[in-house]
Amino acid sequence: MRVDALNGLDLLIPSGECFGLLGLNGAGKTTTIEILEGLLEPSAGEVEVLGMQWAKHAAELRQRMGISLQETRFSDKLRVIETLQLFRSFYRQGGAVEELLREVGLTEKARARVENLSGGQRQRLAVACALAGDPELLFLDEPTTGLDPQSRLQLWETIRCLRSRGRTILLTTHYMDEAEKLCDRVAIIDRGKVIALGSPRDLIYSIGGDHVVEFELPAAEGGAPVEFVVSLETLPKCSSFRKDGSAVLLTTTDPHVVIPELLRRLQEKKLALARLIIRHASLEDVFVKLTGKQFREDEMGSN
Amino acid sequence: MRLRELLRTPETIFWVYGFPVLLTLGLGVAFRHQPAHKIPVDIVEHPQAVQIRSWLEQSGQFQAAVFPVEECRRRLTLARTEVVIQPGDPLVYRFDPARSESASARIRVDDALQRAAGRKDPLAVGEQPVTEPGARYVDFLIPGLLGLNFMSGGLWGVGFVIVEMRVRKLVKRLVATPMPRSSFLLSMMSARILFMLPETGLLLGVGYLLFDLRIRGNWAAILALALLGSLSFAGLGLLVASRAQKIETVSGLINLVLLPQWLFSGIFFSSERFPAVVQPVIQALPLTQMNNALRAVILEGAPLYSQGLPVVLLSAWCVLSFYLALRWFRWN
Repeated sequence: MRVDALNGLDLLIPSGECFGLLGLNGAGKTTTIEILEGLLEPSAGEVEVLGMQWAKHAAELRQRMGISLQETRFSDKLRVIETLQLFRSFYRQGGAVEELLREVGLTEKARARVENLSGGQRQRLAVACALAGDPELLFLDEPTTGLDPQSRLQLWETIRCLRSRGRTILLTTHYMDEAEKLCDRVAIIDRGKVIALGSPRDLIYSIGGDHVVEFELPAAEGGAPVEFVVSLETLPKCSSFRKDGSAVLLTTTDPHVVIPELLRRLQEKKLALARLIIRHASLEDVFVKLTGKQFREDEMGSN
Repeated sequence: MRLRELLRTPETIFWVYGFPVLLTLGLGVAFRHQPAHKIPVDIVEHPQAVQIRSWLEQSGQFQAAVFPVEECRRRLTLARTEVVIQPGDPLVYRFDPARSESASARIRVDDALQRAAGRKDPLAVGEQPVTEPGARYVDFLIPGLLGLNFMSGGLWGVGFVIVEMRVRKLVKRLVATPMPRSSFLLSMMSARILFMLPETGLLLGVGYLLFDLRIRGNWAAILALALLGSLSFAGLGLLVASRAQKIETVSGLINLVLLPQWLFSGIFFSSERFPAVVQPVIQALPLTQMNNALRAVILEGAPLYSQGLPVVLLSAWCVLSFYLALRWFRWN
């Protein structure tokens, strides 16, 4: 049986941009990136990378791009510096390996064997290997998946650094906060289609407000659902609401109008609040709004 | 890089170098010629027992001991003794005709006792035992182990390693660089060949130093054969690795290739012991030809050109496996 992982996906990524592909596992992120990397052949459609096509200019393209696959396990017995020397040897241009190690912060581990590296260090080694040919275009497939918070922050720092030096970066992630912090623009992919495209800020505005008011009532408080009790539909300046477990999330541009009104209605009914949070809307809110899908806890990572 | 990686895996070093040497030592010692070896013979307690024992000891071939009758029987069932002599008139030999050692011991015991009792042999005979290097079991064994080593090396050292790299997505990662694909395969092959050299030297060296193995063939011929053999088996390794996506799959495939050849290709005993019907199949196996050629060259000093059939068959295996492997190879 043939499954089309992608279906009608159109993207244009200008050079110098840090672009994020966002989506749940199985949404088609890796398929997209591997087609762009020339590792998979699309069953239909056109792909142009750096103004060239895979069928005609494969060798040239390989020289000019750097790739970090989703979890590559390098040879355990080789040292970090040897691994990097090996990758450096494949490219006609590129910096010294010591320079690459410094760029990803692995200088101290240069003589360590790969088997003795932590997950975060391995991932940084993978990024260093991707940088070995001083690429114009960098592909990072889920660079921070499975890393502890500190390793993620270190890797973000590395990526920001690369971005500030004008490299074009395409990264995939299922961490919304990662895309929000790193990317100039993101595309949200769901079932092989782009369902939203734009800068994180624009996307957040597009759901009707950049604030989220989240509140929860104490458990077993009467029988009626909370949205009836406070009749959410009639709340002023509230562009949308949704439920997440026992909590209610309101999207708004004007929390200063929504919150007093909400509190007033609760007081009328003599209801107490268990929790009330005001925060900036995130890409996650965009995602949930657009797909109706909840992020599962394990995919939220260390948010 | 491949070399460094290998050198840092002590397990591999043991299996590649230590194991064949240990096997040679073990089998060489177990089947060495034992001129001092005496046949154990038990005599049941009896007034004549002492007399019989001194006769047997005179001949110098036996290790005779006297035990009560129950103990003698028990030792015979456990094969601690080959023959039990029950003195009396007539004298009775108790032995196990199903074991050739036991049956031949009975004849030799009888022979020794009859002579001691005064029998005169009507026919004068002489003996010429074979202990010459070149015709012993250990001489047969070492070229076989060498062939076995090339086979295991090619299949595990190339086939298994490639699949492992594929599982780690390292093959895919390498393909995503400008590295020419042929370099990858060439490095696998050259690593294999570099490892083959010490393997060959070590096994032949151990044979020479410890078992007085006489290498009659010239080194160039041996090396040429070793090279051809290593390449053929590396080709087979590449072939089993060409599609496999899982370690389990490739292990299974490797065993599928290895086991029949372990058994049929004349490593431990001559492949000619199998029935004539299956001979064509056995002779077509690469290891059979490898072993035949190695034995001819190492032990008999045959020149390489006399080994036409093995060379042609091995080359055919080599070309065929490389061709198919390259056609089917899964890069990502």
